[in-house]
Amino acid sequence: MLPTPSTSHICFDRVYEPAEDSYLLLDTLSSSSETAFLRDRFHETSSTPPLVLEVGVGSGVVLAFVAANPGTIFGRHDVLTLGTDINSFACKAAAQTVRHAIKEREDDRSVFLDVVNGDLASAIRPNSIDVFVFNPPYVPAELPDLSCHDRHNTIPHGKKATSFEQDSYLLELSYAGGEDGMVVTNRMLEQIPEILSGEGGVAYVLLCAQNKPEVVKQRIRDWGGGWMAETVGSSGKKAGWEKLVVVRIWKSAG
Amino acid sequence: MKLLTLNFLTCAVKTCKTQPSSFPLHPRDAELEIIEAELNLPFLRNILPRLMWEDICSVARELGLPALPAIAPIPADLLAAPLDPSTTTGGAEQEPSQTARDLHRVLLETCIQEGKLVCGCCGHEYAVKEGVANFLLPGHLV
Ligand SMILES: C[S@@+](CC[C@H](N)C(=O)[O-])C[C@H]1O[C@@H](n2cnc3c(N)ncnc32)[C@H](O)[C@@H]1O
Ligand SMILES: [Zn+2]
Repeated sequence: MLPTPSTSHICFDRVYEPAEDSYLLLDTLSSSSETAFLRDRFHETSSTPPLVLEVGVGSGVVLAFVAANPGTIFGRHDVLTLGTDINSFACKAAAQTVRHAIKEREDDRSVFLDVVNGDLASAIRPNSIDVFVFNPPYVPAELPDLSCHDRHNTIPHGKKATSFEQDSYLLELSYAGGEDGMVVTNRMLEQIPEILSGEGGVAYVLLCAQNKPEVVKQRIRDWGGGWMAETVGSSGKKAGWEKLVVVRIWKSAG
Repeated sequence: MKLLTLNFLTCAVKTCKTQPSSFPLHPRDAELEIIEAELNLPFLRNILPRLMWEDICSVARELGLPALPAIAPIPADLLAAPLDPSTTTGGAEQEPSQTARDLHRVLLETCIQEGKLVCGCCGHEYAVKEGVANFLLPGHLV
């Protein structure tokens, strides 16, 4: 078992606290089948360092885990990590989590870039991402009113801390996914072919049962051009249904 | 925010992405800070082919940093010449050259703490505050 990065410095009143979904991503990315897949794609010591992007880093626990275990996951130490989140408080907290996790390691370290405040991967240069990770807001619940985002995204003038209203808004952003819990994820899926690198780019997206994972996977395969989607991790089996799944999205060679 | 990060970012406006002038973003009114980081020589060597060299040079110039070599370094440029050539076969740890140190300093230790990043295509200014760049557009938030 690889250690879980520490997030004890974070105030979880306005940043998503690591939960079953976060841990499922850690387990999946470090599972023997996924590390074998990733090492096979990216192990070449002569190839350029893979760039890992996590959208919606929250506490940063997932990105920090990748950043602190590149040798185990990729079989190399020159991995680059980059994150984004719509919540500016999460951006700062996550950057700290990643830096701390890397510092803790003596032998297995990667190169951390930054966490930028943005909508999904909208500021990412096309075709530059080798490994993409997303634990989206996936709960079928109404999206919060984004028109007041700017105001809620910073500490109010003359105040020392965020208000209760701000905190509830920011936490809603972390779980509420609109209809079928798929509104944010669908927007992200559209960007995936644009941001992934042509050679070997692969995406991991977490879904819950209400997101209808089988339908989502079929839709991805219907993109054509060799796009594949498979479940590579799951948790919370109930009456034959997995509560949470991690879907791997990639393009088959040829 | 590290300068190497700029190698992977572009304007968040959809119609800008296909325009070459949207990359790189141009720092303006930037307050820089040096945040020391461990030099990872294999990383520097392997990242070279991924760097948009001319763009990195132009960003460094705009920030008033010491000039980078006009032509991208090759892996051999990153290794210090051994003091005693007869020791090279010993398999000892390879030492970074001055070029490697300079590159490391520019890409991974020079951070924009405050300022703006400006798109050369649409002119949009993205604020950087406390080292975090904000790429949210009003259009994202409807
Ligand atoms: C379920 S949490 C996951 C957090 C963390 N990755 C983890 O696994 O614990 C979803 C995250 O996505 C972020 N988020 C929501 N909408 C977003 C958007 N449009 N762009 C970027 N991030 C977004 C939220 O702020 C939140 O941090
Ligand atoms: Zn632009």
